[in-house]
Amino acid sequence: MAFRKFTYLESTCIPLPVENVDTDQIIPARFLNATTREGFGEKLFYDWRFLKNGTPNPDFILNNKAFSGSVLVVGTNFGCGSSREHAVWALTDYGFRVVISSFFADIFKNNALNNGLLPIVVSDDRLKVLLKGIMDNPRVYVKIDLEKQLLQVPSLEILETFEISPWKKECLLKGLDDVDYLLRLKDKIVQFEKQRAWL
Amino acid sequence: MEPKTLFEKIWDSHVVSSIDSNTDIIYIDQHYIHEVTSPQAFEGLRKRNIKVFRPKQTLATADHNIPTQNQHLPIPDEISRGQVNTLDENCKEHGITYFGMQHPNNGIVHVIGPELGYTRPGMTIVCGDSHTSTHGAFGAIAFGIGTSEVEMVFASQCIPQVRPKTMRINLNGETPKGVTAKDIIMYIIAELSSGGATGYFVEYAGQVIEKLNMEERMTICNMSIEMGARGGLIAPDSVTFEYVENATKLSGFKISPKEREYWNTLKTDPGAVFDKEIGIDATKIHPMITYGTNPGMAIPVDGVIPNPPSSKKEKESFLKSLDYMGFKPGMKLLGQKIDYVFLGSCTNGRIEDFRAFASIIKGRKKASNVTAYIVPGSKNVEEQIYSEGLDRVFNEAGFEIRQPGCSACLAMNEDKIPAGKYAVSTSNRNFEGRQGPGARTLLASPLTAAACAITGEIVNPMQFFNN
Repeated sequence: MAFRKFTYLESTCIPLPVENVDTDQIIPARFLNATTREGFGEKLFYDWRFLKNGTPNPDFILNNKAFSGSVLVVGTNFGCGSSREHAVWALTDYGFRVVISSFFADIFKNNALNNGLLPIVVSDDRLKVLLKGIMDNPRVYVKIDLEKQLLQVPSLEILETFEISPWKKECLLKGLDDVDYLLRLKDKIVQFEKQRAWL
Repeated sequence: MEPKTLFEKIWDSHVVSSIDSNTDIIYIDQHYIHEVTSPQAFEGLRKRNIKVFRPKQTLATADHNIPTQNQHLPIPDEISRGQVNTLDENCKEHGITYFGMQHPNNGIVHVIGPELGYTRPGMTIVCGDSHTSTHGAFGAIAFGIGTSEVEMVFASQCIPQVRPKTMRINLNGETPKGVTAKDIIMYIIAELSSGGATGYFVEYAGQVIEKLNMEERMTICNMSIEMGARGGLIAPDSVTFEYVENATKLSGFKISPKEREYWNTLKTDPGAVFDKEIGIDATKIHPMITYGTNPGMAIPVDGVIPNPPSSKKEKESFLKSLDYMGFKPGMKLLGQKIDYVFLGSCTNGRIEDFRAFASIIKGRKKASNVTAYIVPGSKNVEEQIYSEGLDRVFNEAGFEIRQPGCSACLAMNEDKIPAGKYAVSTSNRNFEGRQGPGARTLLASPLTAAACAITGEIVNPMQFFNN
């Protein structure tokens, strides 16, 4: 379904310096039995965020009041594992609009882009600087300009462009999803089906 | 004509149109759906006031959160029952074939698709489940998608996809005795790491692969996603064709002579270029086991847990993982007491896996400290277990066979491993909490799982072959 447009964002960040964060950590399987897209934010990082007795884990970053913002900065290979889009719904429902890492799992990246969550890839070295900078000073803020594909962190002297497929960029800027686009191709698809008539 | 890889042949023949130089609109031949990742996609169709475009190319089953006991009764958990009922209603509304919990063809989506002949060579196959890579074993382009993409396929039978890079993994030499397909793929993932094939579609080749039966090939392709690959595939051959012919008999499919002809074209041309080629010496592969919390953290079952990586951040993640497992660097896993064994899942829930497990437990008794979940991948596998008399072997060894489903692989149903307990599992993921909050999973082959179930601790299954 159509999602919130993404054009420009200025925000403080939440650092999560953990590698290989899989989708089972982002949202554990036992919370996947809902039939709507809403409400998953409450379950985001559930087993890290809450202690066994259900109270907030004071050691987990989301429970640290010093940190806030709609940008999550995470270790490499973020979102590996399951195809569950619930992981992205949990992140967006919680309020994240951007995830910055040095590497995203393929399906996760697709899911993010299909829901208006912008995944930004930076180099490993840059990620280290960013994570350390934010952990040292929770007030570090980033500026993200999707039109210019520009990531700026003034206090850390970071100013660089990031990659995004031109197609997905257009979809995010306009808040458009692919279903509408595909529906307009119906004639072409029917035509195509005639070529593969043996299957 | 330019030589092409198998992947390129199938991809190119399914391009309906292109968005840009990287992104194609791909036609999907077969769409599998299940209860967990489809409800929001159906809801999307409803909001747009449209129906599923090609319901005949869509097949539905309930697998992730159905119980593995008392399947003749309604699902006790209200929320799970609601999700399964939603799938049932959606399939009725859209005219989709649905193998619900009590249907004789019910089972894990990646087990029933192949076993009923829906999965065939040269197809494009998607499902809202990362282990869709399983179907690549038939020489098909098969990959997992998210729910938004499920909705796209519902609406148009197509999805926009960035064309992945191609990789070929050549496995040469003979594997030692006792080494199974599961060990082969775990060894490859340990070599490449859990993100080592991200962005690639992998073709597995070489004499080791050619000798594998279809069940074994499915195990290999199933776990391709665990090294980040978009999917894995294996060129179809006579083994494939025979399996598919038999499978279609079960479901009544007819294969046209044209389709048969097409199958014969499905191989990588000599001289075709891959973006990356990797060689694996199969003689070096041992029975494998994981010690950490991603499938890349695996060692030979009689090996030693390695020392942490040198970089600070990697070291932290590594030690956090070992801490979760209750292990230390330099430790051996042999002799480690275990509490649970899980045989099943879309990786190892097929009849060959039950035969392998039975080959070790036959004439022996299960260790008293071990609780075992023995779960067929489908009702058809379950039936085979009984018709082949494997049930007697299992029962005499003290095991109880449960009913089909995803079960303790991801613990969406009640088959959970309790916090702190050790489970030797034939499934595909050892993530934190994967088999239940706090559960400690050690991934292994059915042979290793059987050997551990007998002894109650981590053992090398090879010792059961030398006796």
